[in-house]
Amino acid sequence: MSACSCCRPASIGKKIVMALSGLVLAGFVLGHMSGNLLMFKGPEAINAYAAWLHANPGMLWGARVVLILSTVAHIWTGVLLTLENRAARAGGPAVEATRRATLSSRTMPYSGVVILAFLVFHLLHYTFRTVALGGQEFGDKVYEMVVAGFSQPAVAGFYIISMILLCLHLSHGISSVFQTLGLRNERWRGRLDAVATAYGWLIALGFISIPLAVLLGCIK
Amino acid sequence: MKLDSKIPAGPVADKWSNHKAKMRLVNPANRRKYHVIVVGSGLAGSAAAASFAEMGYEVSCFCYQDSPRRAHSIAAQGGINAAKNYQNDGDSIRRLFLDTIKGGDYRAREANVYRLAQVSTSIIDQCVAQGVPFAREYGGLLANRSFGGAQVSRTFYARGQTGQQLLLGAYSALSRQIGAGTVKMYTRHEMLDLVLVGGQAKGIVTRDLVTGEIQAWASDVVVLCTGGYGNVFYLSTNAQGCNVTATYRAHRRGAGFANPCYTQIHPTCIPVHGEDQSKLTLMSESLRNDGRVWVPKDKADCTKPASEIPEDRRDYFLERKYPSYGNLAPRDIASRAAKEVCDEGRGVGQVVDGKRLGVYLDFSAAIKRLGEPAIRERYGNLFDMYENITGENAYHQPMRIFPAVHYTMGGLWVDYNLQSNIPGLFVGGEANFSDHGANRLGASALMQGLADGYFVLPYTVTDYLAGVGLTGRPSVEAPEFKAAVKEVQDRTQWFLNNKGNRSARSYHKALGKIVWEKCGMARDKAGLEGAIRDLQALRADFWKNILVVGSGDQLAPELERAGRVADFLDFGIMMCLDALHRDESCGGHFRTEYQDGGEAQRNDDKYAHVAVWAWQGDGQLPVRHTEPLVYEDVQFTTRSYK
Amino acid sequence: MVKEHDNLDSHGEQTLSLRLRVWRQSRGAAGHFEDHALAAVPTSASFLEMMDMLNEQLIKEGKDTFAFDHDCREGICGMCSMTINGMPHGPLPGVTTCQLHMRNFRDGEMITVEPWRAKAFPVIKDLAVNRSAFDKVIQAGGFITVRTGSATEANNTLIPKSVADEAMDAAECIGCGACVASCKNGSAMLFVGAKINHLNILPQGQPERERRTLAMVKTMDDAGFGNCTNYGECQAHCPKSITLDVIAKLNRDYLRARVKEFFSSTGKPRKGGD
Ligand SMILES: Cc1cc2nc3c(=O)[nH]c(=O)nc-3n(C[C@H](O)[C@H](O)[C@H](O)COP(=O)(O)OP(=O)(O)OC[C@H]3O[C@@H](n4cnc5c(N)ncnc54)[C@H](O)[C@@H]3O)c2cc1C
Ligand code: HEM
Ligand code: SF4
Ligand code: FES
Repeated sequence: MSACSCCRPASIGKKIVMALSGLVLAGFVLGHMSGNLLMFKGPEAINAYAAWLHANPGMLWGARVVLILSTVAHIWTGVLLTLENRAARAGGPAVEATRRATLSSRTMPYSGVVILAFLVFHLLHYTFRTVALGGQEFGDKVYEMVVAGFSQPAVAGFYIISMILLCLHLSHGISSVFQTLGLRNERWRGRLDAVATAYGWLIALGFISIPLAVLLGCIK
Repeated sequence: MKLDSKIPAGPVADKWSNHKAKMRLVNPANRRKYHVIVVGSGLAGSAAAASFAEMGYEVSCFCYQDSPRRAHSIAAQGGINAAKNYQNDGDSIRRLFLDTIKGGDYRAREANVYRLAQVSTSIIDQCVAQGVPFAREYGGLLANRSFGGAQVSRTFYARGQTGQQLLLGAYSALSRQIGAGTVKMYTRHEMLDLVLVGGQAKGIVTRDLVTGEIQAWASDVVVLCTGGYGNVFYLSTNAQGCNVTATYRAHRRGAGFANPCYTQIHPTCIPVHGEDQSKLTLMSESLRNDGRVWVPKDKADCTKPASEIPEDRRDYFLERKYPSYGNLAPRDIASRAAKEVCDEGRGVGQVVDGKRLGVYLDFSAAIKRLGEPAIRERYGNLFDMYENITGENAYHQPMRIFPAVHYTMGGLWVDYNLQSNIPGLFVGGEANFSDHGANRLGASALMQGLADGYFVLPYTVTDYLAGVGLTGRPSVEAPEFKAAVKEVQDRTQWFLNNKGNRSARSYHKALGKIVWEKCGMARDKAGLEGAIRDLQALRADFWKNILVVGSGDQLAPELERAGRVADFLDFGIMMCLDALHRDESCGGHFRTEYQDGGEAQRNDDKYAHVAVWAWQGDGQLPVRHTEPLVYEDVQFTTRSYK
Repeated sequence: MVKEHDNLDSHGEQTLSLRLRVWRQSRGAAGHFEDHALAAVPTSASFLEMMDMLNEQLIKEGKDTFAFDHDCREGICGMCSMTINGMPHGPLPGVTTCQLHMRNFRDGEMITVEPWRAKAFPVIKDLAVNRSAFDKVIQAGGFITVRTGSATEANNTLIPKSVADEAMDAAECIGCGACVASCKNGSAMLFVGAKINHLNILPQGQPERERRTLAMVKTMDDAGFGNCTNYGECQAHCPKSITLDVIAKLNRDYLRARVKEFFSSTGKPRKGGD
């Protein structure tokens, strides 16, 4: 796809960028998820956590810069990989047979795109607060904002579906990181796959528990 | 035909070093002005092409496969011999030399064999340096095994894929040169003629198998390393594309063909299963270390499953006939014994062409003695391969095996320098006749191919080039090239235009049947005479009724096959003729008239010579010449394995 | 797997009647599938022998045969290359097309036969493709530089058995290209990984380790192969069961080579300023 091979990033180079940026994002979602679970401790806990974050702009912006760079790098290499791989396959055989590739591995670009769409929505929703909050102002009241947001079944539903896709993405992605960095072998492959799947579910269930709790009325 | 073997003077052990010291050199600055054509990218060809390029010559290398790495050397399983004596079991250059001469039944050229044994040790050094992953001991030293009944362990191996690993080594050296631009590699190119200018080999004509382009290439010297002609038998352990075309085309241009009747039959192959079979698969000879070979004593038992035949109704014929060697009797002897019992009607397995051609190779005793895990450990991959091909589980029922054509000792005649009787035409590897006499020892073909390619041809070709000088290379516009190209074009067109009705494969099958029956494991005068008549009739029929589908400007497998079968037909006649005129038995050539209770009976007084055939014209019988074999160092003895 | 049926040939062997959809393509033209029926195929025949039978039938009808690559027919040369019912080398794991036997198919079955499909492997005719991209990768660095005659005594370098075995595991690759054909990204990482591993873990391969890795990967990329996304299809279709380990180690070696290159120093000031 790219015009000139000499300035095309090397295949493995792209993979390494993908893996490192993916790792940053995967670490971030774990942190983010843990923070979010403070919802269950009640409004004070999570609002205090949000306030603490905002009181440390250096740390917050440092993290944001790393995250933005990682996201851009991840998406850019992901797009390159996907397009190049499509071209390299030259349409593939008329009859497709799959022996081993998992559903999660075959849907990485799709789960990725949905996550991206979710990300955009999510930022507009809770960070920039420009959509789906019915024009209400919440100020520092994160708890109330989240409850209000997830009280809309459509918003909660999109969130839940996105998190399931994130789970799918991670259950291939995490094990893949080890492979890409050369830290996987036949002996460890099965275990790492299990770890990745577990990690994916941990993240997804952690995140999902919140809208679910809101919808079920456990969090008000 | 002038056959000067050019064996250097002096004691056999000093000949090669004396000769090397006297050979002429080419100035490094001039080397790139010489163009060397190497046809073939097997062990011999790849090794030679890479070495020439390293020396600084401009090299073009040709092969018919899509990559040089696929030459049939890749299929060799067992191992490669070398007189390293790493096992401290009394091996030496001299012993390898003597074993090879004896194994060849005193029909090989002494000086060549000695040189082969001498350079064998450098081959291992070279291959290890290239990264060939030979088997190792825990201490990190190279491992060896004893092979093919040898009394010393001198065989180096890389699992069951020694040929593959050696070829990948040579291919990597060749690839380095291709990458550096010093070798131009032409894959999917088939050599269809040799071009002589002023009586010297100065180039070749090829057909590009992808585009159909027929093209001439001029050079200062031509080196053929195009492998053996085992496929004349149609069914063999050779690859489908193995052919005699390259060497036979050179033969038609005047190169003598030596000892075509010396062919080797390997005893442990998977039997023929049906009419549509295209290939026979070799199973490592090592199986005979633990398997016992038998057939039913009584024909009537042949249709029963092996398990229903009691011990006392089984004939362990190798153990019976050769008590001291038993199941490990040499290849030719074991093969013939199997053929005999099958000819008596005591073969087992499927009936193909009215006969059951198979004998049991039974592991039940070994399994009982050592346990199934031990046998699995030793031969697991072979048992798997057997099951994959036959659908039978050899842990539970005996394997069936039958001999198959495996190697051809005959080839283009060459002198000590590996130069044919055409100046400027050198021949290496299985394509020449040089080192194995009438029978080749296991694990010695790989050794010979690499010896020729790495350690002999680079010296001798250089000497030749220094002699012809720099004025020698003609242009492809020369009339000789134009004429050769036209001939190839005409022949190709003829095939494509002929309105026949019979496929090349069916001719090849018919040819194979005749030579296998009459010029295979056992031969006799009447049979050979009949075979020659039959082959002449088949040949005449071929040139009338061959049907070639496809077009000339694309990949055209039928066209390729037709050309190869045409040459095999002519060659088959020559092979039978050679067998007919060698009124003795020796090595792989067994004339039933000349035996002593089943043992081959040589006639050293009359036949201690190389038979070299000269082409006489289309459809004419070739004429036999001889090169006497003079043994200065060793004495004739009779091979006996009783 | 053969189901019971009454088709027996003259040797009393079971035979199959098959419907075949085979890819037909001339050099430089677009391709299409052609349907053929083939009867009396013995179950003991190999897949390529079945294709031979089809071709002989076509010759009888005066039609062009299907061109396909094959040579050794014993699973070692790496020449045979057919995608059978979507699976490179067919339904039986761990074997090449030439070693696949018809007893693995059912009577009356419809079999689709296609060439390797990948941008880097253009079709030459019918089922034959051009795999010279593999050779180019090897030419870029798949070797240890040692001139003929310059080697030292073989036993001077001790190589632990485990290292030799590991090198051999990787070196068993036959260069068939099934990994590329099976990969949904058309990636050649298994092939390249196998070669790089073979050479990079041996002591003899160390001096050129970084150079080799970078050069081979670059050539691989330039040839138009895709990027690995760790599907694992290649391992599942590789007739020699080469594992993804070779890819992991290739990745590691690549990273290592890049880092070393980045921090390399000549020990002298850089030309053109300091
Ligand atoms: C199944 C099997 C197992 C064996 N096992 C052993 C073993 O364990 N030990 C041992 O020592 N030996 C063994 N041998 C024998 C040994 O492998 C061969 O004799 C040897 O490898 C031949 O090497 P070569 O270089 O002469 O020819 P090959 O490797 O056959 O190469 C021939 C080359 O010539 C090219 N060519 C041929 N014709 C043409 C043409 N017309 N135009 C252009 N190019 C052409 C081909 O493309 C190929 O590149 C075995 C052989 C077989 C068949
Ligand atoms: C929170 C967000 C995300 C996380 C945690 C994440 C994580 C990961 C990880 C760990 C990998 C494996 C890298 C490797 O192959 O070694 C990966 C791969 C990938 N990601 Fe993401 N990702 C995220 C968002 C996205 C987005 C937004 C997209 C696309 C728009 C995307 C597309 C891809 C693609 C195409 C791959 C390649 C598959 C592969 O090479 O195996 N990801 N991701
Ligand atoms: S890695 Fe396996 S599938 Fe790929 S080329 Fe090598 S042998 Fe074939
Ligand atoms: S034809 Fe050689 S591997 Fe299949």
